[in-house]
Amino acid sequence: MKRFGSKSRPILQGLAILLFSILLLTGYQAVAFNGILQQTKTGEQVDIQVPPPPLSEDYYPCTMCHADMEVNLERRELVEFHDDIVLKHDEENRWCMDCHDANNRDMLHTASGQLISFEESYKLCGQCHGPKLRDWKAGIHGRRTGKWNGRKEYLLCAHCHDPHSPEYQKMKPEPPPKKPGKIK
Amino acid sequence: MKRRTFLKAAGITSSAALFSACVPKEAREAFLQKDFRSLSKDEVAGIIKRLEAQYTQKFGKPFSVSAKEPIPETSFGYALDISRCIGCRKCVYGCVKENNQSRDPQIHYIQVLELEKEKGIDFMHADMYYDRDEVPHEGHFYLPVACQQCKNPPCVKACPVGATWTEPDGIVVVDYDWCIGCRTCMAACPYDARQFNWGKPHLPSEEANPTTHFLGNRPRDKGVVEKCTFCIQRVREGRYPECVEVCPVGARKFGNLLEEGSEIRYILENKRVVILKEELNTQPKFYYFYGT
Repeated sequence: MKRFGSKSRPILQGLAILLFSILLLTGYQAVAFNGILQQTKTGEQVDIQVPPPPLSEDYYPCTMCHADMEVNLERRELVEFHDDIVLKHDEENRWCMDCHDANNRDMLHTASGQLISFEESYKLCGQCHGPKLRDWKAGIHGRRTGKWNGRKEYLLCAHCHDPHSPEYQKMKPEPPPKKPGKIK
Repeated sequence: MKRRTFLKAAGITSSAALFSACVPKEAREAFLQKDFRSLSKDEVAGIIKRLEAQYTQKFGKPFSVSAKEPIPETSFGYALDISRCIGCRKCVYGCVKENNQSRDPQIHYIQVLELEKEKGIDFMHADMYYDRDEVPHEGHFYLPVACQQCKNPPCVKACPVGATWTEPDGIVVVDYDWCIGCRTCMAACPYDARQFNWGKPHLPSEEANPTTHFLGNRPRDKGVVEKCTFCIQRVREGRYPECVEVCPVGARKFGNLLEEGSEIRYILENKRVVILKEELNTQPKFYYFYGT
């Protein structure tokens, strides 16, 4: 909060809301995959779609704040912002800038330095989780909706796994069935 | 004319006259309805019209009953990733909602078994009534079981009246109007996949799914057997079964076994797959696999 004057805050908020609405309005149109995913073994073109990445309206686009900030590559504990992020994803060896790009904050980057968008974040995950990426492309890992013989919808890795703490969260199960004795 | 012949003829004629005079036309048609596979297309169309009107009136919203035939060159298969399932039972209730099962008495097509990791797939120690605060529970894994859509189905062989059979796309279906409720099929099924309407099914109007199939989720009556049909009303339209779409972890996979490159074929070709009670030679088309 210190970084911006009280006057610039509403403008930034307005900008965030505007960008988020644009994302909402345009996002659910096909986020098309490039080539690799669209051809089946039989040569048939399959139109696979994914919803937009689950980006927080409070933080994205990251350049809202980071554009004017000095880049600090030093590994440190975050206190002022993003202190809610708990890194439980090979945290001993990795840090923010291993995935987020320091110079282009609205993008991610692979180990080779290639910039990739959040829409294609699966490529980043796939660097380590190769077999999972392969299964995901085949529709085996993760949920698919749509038609078994037509248009299918995928989810991105980040829709189910928080990239900072990817273990699937436990949940309360639905109630057990009634025992036969209790059925009237 | 002999006295006996006269009495026979008189008896038959008068009961027929009484039947046609006293019983309303629709009830008469329903009583005389043949089994589904003997019906002509016109007869099916007539029955569907009657059923749609009946359901629409009963539930107070427009119902559609389809008799859509199998898609050619299709044999459905199902796969469930044991390493993914967390036992949340979302599939159980998604299925109930989609398939118009009775809410009270309760009918579920899917039974989610909680098993101990140490014991593996051991039905002796399986618990379908687990009530946890959170799942997956430590040291346990989950195995949802519903109809295995066997290629060699003991239930079909057991039915004394031919009210259940395998469709060309591999779905084992029940003609609810032809079922006599003897429950022999239930005794024959080694997976406990068939459910009987012991009481009058209770399906609240606001929860009823009005998009139905004659051999699937149309409302049932008391005294008939029902089971999973891979959501015949959905899959014959090309859609995934409800449980596939409702599973939060994406453990459930469905597709055409005859289609090279389909999800189900990928699993059978690349993963470690098990079927339940293989020794019984039921040849299920429901495969369990280890995704990791």
